[in-house]
Amino acid sequence: MLHRKAAWLLRETGTGCMAEWDGMEAQSFRQEARAWLRANFPPSLTNAPSIHFVSDRHAAESNADWRLWRERMAEKRWGVPTWEPRYGGAGLSEAQAKIIGQELAAIGGFNPIRSYGTMMLGPTLLEYGSEEQKLEHLPFIATNERRWCQGFSEPGAGSDLASLQTKCIDMGDHWLVNGQKIWTSGADQADWCFALVRTDTSRKQGGISFLLIDMKSEGIETRPIVLISGSTHFCEVFFNDVKVPKGNLVGEVNQGWAIAKRLLQFERNSLSDVKAEITPLAPLAHEYCGTDSMGRIDNPDLRVRMVRNAMRHEAYLATVARLTREAKSGGPSNGVSALKNLWSGIIQERAELLVELMGANGLGWSGEHYTDAEREATRAWLHSKAFSIYGGSYEVQNNITAKRTLDLPA
Amino acid sequence: MLNEEQQMLRDMAAEWVRDRLPVTALRSLYGHDGGGRPDAEGFDPAAWTEMAQMGWTGILVPEAQGGSDFGCRSMGLVLEELGRTLGASPLLSSALVAASALRLGGTEAQQARWLPGIADGSAIGTLAAEEGSQHEREKIALAAMAVGDGWVLNGIKRPVQDGMAATFAIVAARTHGLPGDRDGITLFLVESDTPGLSREALDQIDARRPALFSFDNVTVSADAVLGEVGKGIDLLDSLFDRAAIGLAAEMLGNASQAFDTTLDYLKTRVQFGAVIGSFQALQHRAAEMFGELQLARSAVEAALDAMDANDPALPALASLAKATVGETLHGISSQMVQLHGGIGMTHEHDAGLYLKRARVAAQCYGSTAWHRERWARLNGY
Ligand SMILES: Cc1cc2nc3c(=O)[nH]c(=O)nc-3n(C[C@H](O)[C@H](O)[C@H](O)COP(=O)(O)OP(=O)(O)OC[C@H]3O[C@@H](n4cnc5c(N)ncnc54)[C@H](O)[C@@H]3O)c2cc1C
Repeated sequence: MLHRKAAWLLRETGTGCMAEWDGMEAQSFRQEARAWLRANFPPSLTNAPSIHFVSDRHAAESNADWRLWRERMAEKRWGVPTWEPRYGGAGLSEAQAKIIGQELAAIGGFNPIRSYGTMMLGPTLLEYGSEEQKLEHLPFIATNERRWCQGFSEPGAGSDLASLQTKCIDMGDHWLVNGQKIWTSGADQADWCFALVRTDTSRKQGGISFLLIDMKSEGIETRPIVLISGSTHFCEVFFNDVKVPKGNLVGEVNQGWAIAKRLLQFERNSLSDVKAEITPLAPLAHEYCGTDSMGRIDNPDLRVRMVRNAMRHEAYLATVARLTREAKSGGPSNGVSALKNLWSGIIQERAELLVELMGANGLGWSGEHYTDAEREATRAWLHSKAFSIYGGSYEVQNNITAKRTLDLPA
Repeated sequence: MLNEEQQMLRDMAAEWVRDRLPVTALRSLYGHDGGGRPDAEGFDPAAWTEMAQMGWTGILVPEAQGGSDFGCRSMGLVLEELGRTLGASPLLSSALVAASALRLGGTEAQQARWLPGIADGSAIGTLAAEEGSQHEREKIALAAMAVGDGWVLNGIKRPVQDGMAATFAIVAARTHGLPGDRDGITLFLVESDTPGLSREALDQIDARRPALFSFDNVTVSADAVLGEVGKGIDLLDSLFDRAAIGLAAEMLGNASQAFDTTLDYLKTRVQFGAVIGSFQALQHRAAEMFGELQLARSAVEAALDAMDANDPALPALASLAKATVGETLHGISSQMVQLHGGIGMTHEHDAGLYLKRARVAAQCYGSTAWHRERWARLNGY
């Protein structure tokens, strides 16, 4: 029984195939990767909060070292190392990609190519796109020159995504799109949008298509929404008689739902993807809370919760490592829902522990009476509340795990 | 059980708060970016005047000094109603904490000097005791030196709740010993416009703007000492406990409203062709929150009654109330965001305001963790 329960993870999850490719060849590749990364990663970006560069194009592009790093990685093609060279990748194996990731993490670096394009659209296009679509878009994702946003959610269609209403009509030589998207991260800064649209109103899932829309098209308006963290890269997007070329529909008409579900798996996979190097909280807690006569953090209740979080974190890393070792191939599957909930829970709790250990100093919004780190921690805690909402909420992931992985009746 | 007067007070408070300090009133203290407006005072002075006219500022002041002496349970009712809409005011700091300080520790002359002003709202008092990021009652470092007949104060206090609005503060200072010693702490009544005392607002996530007080050779006379020199820690403990209980009542209101708003949403938001409240996972979540609220209410009411009875179990009951409601509010305010989905993450929606206030309140006058540890010690764990 235990055996069967564990099987879902082994069968279905994992970021890729870890062949028995090791030994000499791996060693020399590791040397090469280490040398190149160390020579090319700008030291000023060490341990930079790289997520800002994903969510805020302006923050990224106004940073000269970020621009330099993006250019170098784009040229090296290591942002998407496993993609084929004609799509802008380096044609490397999963094992080699993993070594690049490890060596990057070891120097406190990050992948400047990481974007909604590499995390979501790219892998989906590789599976479902036409050769023309791949050649048109993947090379620009591989260099992170073309920013994408995800036009899925609508005011009436969140968890129940398939109830979306944005209308797409076949006008013979083009598509005509009318409707509204909401919660579209980065829409105000995006060049393109991958959107779900309704091409048939008589069927729910069976009337959805997957469309690539140039954000410069006439008739598109974006309005930023302020988040509780103060971030403004969250938008409403209005489509008013927007013309989209026929060739921008991915897959077949009315077959978009399967593509969307696949894309959501890639999204969840990226959201459950760990940054191995997370600064431990203990030294900070010593600093803020002081220590008792035995050298323990002088806040027993907080200490216990910090320990629990750190242990879950370690066990999570071990889980991801185990699944990666044992996975057969084929990329993420339904099993990723359980991982997404585990990981978002762990990092949400960590964000909260960080502000809690800062005590009254963890309550600041702005001003010089709080340090940069304190203000950042507060806002990061506020933002962390979204981890269990986007990419499919905590509840939705649990529904998927219960039904698809555990075979519980609907 | 509430008596008739208390029921009337509660109903009146509920109506006034809904009318005069709805959540939109707090929202007007925020800027568009989701932080406190630097030009706002952290509360609405006009509303404060009305609160004083209704007699709320005198609930704990004896009749002889212009109050009604209605008691702590009554004060708790008003604070709870204010908490429902996140109503910001110095009521807790002044009418509960400062009033209690004077009643418990003040000489007749001090009471006559300050209590009438507290009762009619013209004086606003607060407690200036915290200095660091953590709540450590004994670690007071702000120094008071005896000079001539009086005292000279040097050091800082932060955060001072309602410190920008306060016309006077009860300042905990060290007259001998080292930070960490229970002995050697003295409380002083210090007017905010005393030369050498400067105040700066702290821009906090809940838009309330507590203050940083800097004391640079602040000279006060001997009659500024509240209670006994060097023996202030017991009174300070008692004030912190009372502050924690009053805040717990407010937090109970925060949590009750956060729950009600969320429950409404569960009954109206439709996904998958049904209101989301029909999904069993969310029904259970709501049922659990309802249960937690019962625990919180009982703990808060017991603590309020203990204040009125001067019950020796007050410290443990204060910690029980603050920790229990702290955990409840933490859970409910987080679920308020979670169960509203995307809209709960926007500054436009109320959920974030409850979440932010909940975090601040959890930290204030001893965090949930602090009160658990304190309760543990009092109960032999
Ligand atoms: C910061 C952030 C960024 C986002 N970025 C994007 C983006 O770039 N593109 C995009 O398309 N969308 C984006 N989203 C939207 C996100 O995907 C939706 O918010 C999410 O799918 C939930 O939908 P909703 O907000 O409509 O909430 P609802 O679906 O209305 O859910 C409300 C509550 O009900 C619960 N619920 C719903 N159905 C069930 C059920 N069957 N069983 C149990 N509980 C249920 C939910 O879990 C939630 O707690 C983003 C959201 C956030 C917060």
